[in-house]
Amino acid sequence: MTDTAPANLDETSVDHIIIRFAGDSGDGMQLTGDRFTSASALYGNDLATLPDFPAEIRAPAGTLAGVSAFQVQISDHDITTPGDAPSVLVAMNPAALASELHRLLPGGTIIANEDTFDERNLAKAGYANSENPLEDGSLDGYTLIKVPMTSLTKEACAELGVKPRDADRSKNFFALGLVSWMYSRPMETTTDWIKAKFAKNELVVAANTAAFKAGHAFGETAELGAHKVTISPAKLEPGTYTNINGNTALSWGLVAATQLSGIPMFLGSYPITPASDILHELSSKKSFNIRTLQAEDEIAAVASAVGASFGGHIGVTTTSGPGVALKGEAMGLALSLELPLVIVNIQRGGPSTGLPTKTEAADLMMAMYGRHGESPMPIVASYSPAQCFDAAIEACRLALKYRTPVMFLSDGYLANGTEPWKLPDVDSLPAIDVEFATAPNAKNDEGEDVFWPYLRDPVTLARPWAIPGTPGLEHRVGGIEKQDGTGNISYDPDNHAHMVQIRADKVAVIADDIPPTMVTGPDDADLLVLGWGSTWGAITSAVRRATAAGHSVAHAHLTHLNPFPKDLGDVLKRYPKVIVPEMNLGQLSKLVRAEYLVDAQTVSKVKGQPFTAAEIYDVIVGALQ
Amino acid sequence: MSDTTVPETTKADWTSDQEPRWCPGCGDYSILTAVQMLMPELGVRRENTVFISGIGCAARFPYYMDTYGMHSIHGRAPAVSTGLAVARPDLDVWVIGGDGDMLSIGGNHLIHALRRNVNIKILLFNNQIYGLTKGQYSPTSEPGKVTKSTPVGSIDEPFNPISLAIGAEATFVARTHDMDRKHMQEMFRRAHAHKGAAIVEIYQNCNVFNDGAFAQITKRDKRDAMLINLVHGEPIRFGAEQERGLAMNSAGQIEIVEIADVGSDALLVHDEASEDPALAFAISRLATAPTMPTPVGVFRAVERPEYAAEVNRQVDEVTASHGAGDLHGLLRSLPTWDVTA
Repeated sequence: MTDTAPANLDETSVDHIIIRFAGDSGDGMQLTGDRFTSASALYGNDLATLPDFPAEIRAPAGTLAGVSAFQVQISDHDITTPGDAPSVLVAMNPAALASELHRLLPGGTIIANEDTFDERNLAKAGYANSENPLEDGSLDGYTLIKVPMTSLTKEACAELGVKPRDADRSKNFFALGLVSWMYSRPMETTTDWIKAKFAKNELVVAANTAAFKAGHAFGETAELGAHKVTISPAKLEPGTYTNINGNTALSWGLVAATQLSGIPMFLGSYPITPASDILHELSSKKSFNIRTLQAEDEIAAVASAVGASFGGHIGVTTTSGPGVALKGEAMGLALSLELPLVIVNIQRGGPSTGLPTKTEAADLMMAMYGRHGESPMPIVASYSPAQCFDAAIEACRLALKYRTPVMFLSDGYLANGTEPWKLPDVDSLPAIDVEFATAPNAKNDEGEDVFWPYLRDPVTLARPWAIPGTPGLEHRVGGIEKQDGTGNISYDPDNHAHMVQIRADKVAVIADDIPPTMVTGPDDADLLVLGWGSTWGAITSAVRRATAAGHSVAHAHLTHLNPFPKDLGDVLKRYPKVIVPEMNLGQLSKLVRAEYLVDAQTVSKVKGQPFTAAEIYDVIVGALQ
Repeated sequence: MSDTTVPETTKADWTSDQEPRWCPGCGDYSILTAVQMLMPELGVRRENTVFISGIGCAARFPYYMDTYGMHSIHGRAPAVSTGLAVARPDLDVWVIGGDGDMLSIGGNHLIHALRRNVNIKILLFNNQIYGLTKGQYSPTSEPGKVTKSTPVGSIDEPFNPISLAIGAEATFVARTHDMDRKHMQEMFRRAHAHKGAAIVEIYQNCNVFNDGAFAQITKRDKRDAMLINLVHGEPIRFGAEQERGLAMNSAGQIEIVEIADVGSDALLVHDEASEDPALAFAISRLATAPTMPTPVGVFRAVERPEYAAEVNRQVDEVTASHGAGDLHGLLRSLPTWDVTA
């Protein structure tokens, strides 16, 4: 140990800690981080996570390209982000150290698996002349804990009869055991999980458990006492909690919408990162009256959903940006047919393939305008992993009530990040009332009862939803322009102008049916930070810091981006300065500038990484100077 | 539907109030009439019948049927129909499209609907030309075809839709033509009765942009000599005097023979239900253009689990074994902890 501090007798108590686990793609870092998070959640801490992994399943071992990382912040109080700079970096190999060290807080702690710092791995990680940073003094500004994790894991597994090569695969559990000891995590959560997860292979259970316990014991015996800290449980609102990521919450929100509406769900989807987990989750929820189709392509995914909606199901399609690009024409069809449809876009870095596993929120303009013709579509955006649940219900509600496709925007950060979620009382969730048409609604020239598929509700402007199987309401719909009311093909110029306007009005009236803008902070603040989507956590944290530092700052966050809440213009004009942090080059700020003629200033970040609170804090302070 | 008696209907009941807008003399009219006249015979209800189309001349078809219908977007009708059929296995879903719609822009959806064996009845109006865009060559146009987009002749190898369907694992594959209402109706009736994806290729004359494309085989005075009628379980023969037939030569290839030369025992017996698609495929390769003796009828009709039924079987089985979904329980399916005041 380079650490020379005396063994500490008293554990230090801290209010939060940010740990970044980093290793090779094959080292199981996502699993390690996820397990540490679960143990912390069950212990009662508040937390937020940021998985950060490459698109390649297994880039060449030991290279910088193969580094997979997982950051988690745990705290004894309410937090909204996975933290800015980690104070602890677990580096399983030289590449992990090389690629992640720049993020570590000055003076932070490095826990390195020294067994992997050999000449070959050092060279692969780009250390000149294979200089070992663990030995050359270059890490003197940090607290360095060198642990021979690989050999200790192999030792711990040797007597179990596990082959050394298999034992090597358990070293992430050694790291987990060590970190669990350092942060006083209960052991049983993890050992129970290992037992359940690997129940089919006793030897794997034994090896992982042995490695985990060896790591734990190493902390206890190897004079690491100085590093042991406790983080008390957070004082969260009373209730039952679970730790959930955005894609799971979103899936469950879709399930809930089916239950609340009594309308069966059909999901048409094509696998794509980072949205595939929603397809996986809903495929296993058949008992909730949900049917899923893994379609032949993105277009078939949305087209089949449109077909199902015509049949009286709520059609859903889940994808990421490239998929939305392919679905454009079919979304326009749903818009023209005026049928319910939910399009879920888990945004990722673009254009084209871009950064499949990295986050970005640059599809707002595509959601607004990414179809030919005048084709307005309501947009709902979630702002935290758990809130994806409510947002998914809201998207379905709007689609069903207004008979319109609705774009749901989430992103890779929300999709994979987790946070504790206070479970709602399902009986208190409001029902979504949907009625199918059952009788003719008009008379023809001969005075006979007929059904007009485009005779609208005067308030919502929604057309009746008459599903096949209903006698007497047989009708034809199509993407070709139709006469309002009868639905018959019409090329009449005035009718087209009327239909274009009514489709716009139909989206606009939704403003009467959504909550006012979510605003925190004083009405007379010197500055408003306007956000949408996953920037919520970082903005909230930054605004809290700025307020604590004596600045007068407010935060408005949008969950509905089309239409905007009715009060948004007034909100924006209330403040002398408006800044808009976005993971794009300024798409929301363009929209609000165009709509409200306010001087909204863009704060842009397009690095495939979410904003840190510090970045936004600095912008706030800078803007106020 | 609790009332099991299907009301008697006539062609008029299946005819919508919309005036067809096809060119006078278009083959689409005779197909529409064949379908409208057939529907009363099928013992089905208008409200349980849906016609879904893509884009193209043929795709206007649903507007003229007084049933539920959707005129969707170019090429996607098989995908739209797959979603509808899975959501509503109680419906009869017909898919209408042309060769450009289903074999070019929508080729992918067609082959996947066929391999999945979704319970949809696909009527492929093949006129070997793009009509609605005014006369470009299509994926079934013959090589060398001169059109607006191929001024010195097409260099594309065309698809043979029957071969394509068989290759795509289709369970029901048939061919008919727009000059023979009875034969069309027989093929449509068979397609309707089939449990699974059924595709019927209809040789359809476009009298404006590709007039007479099939005249050499479908004109009344040519049919006996040029159409080879496939009948399940029967030796394959044709000709005015039924004097010719199909046989397999020593190289294993299908060829046209004179019965007088080889004897009737040498003729191939048509087996539409054969598990092995090889023979049906070989028969589909016999004519490389509708100027040669061309097989018509049911090439292939085999049983395989139907997709929508399978999807719904899984839903039912999971629901039976797990009980109907419980949202309260779902939200607690990951580890939970309680925070008390």
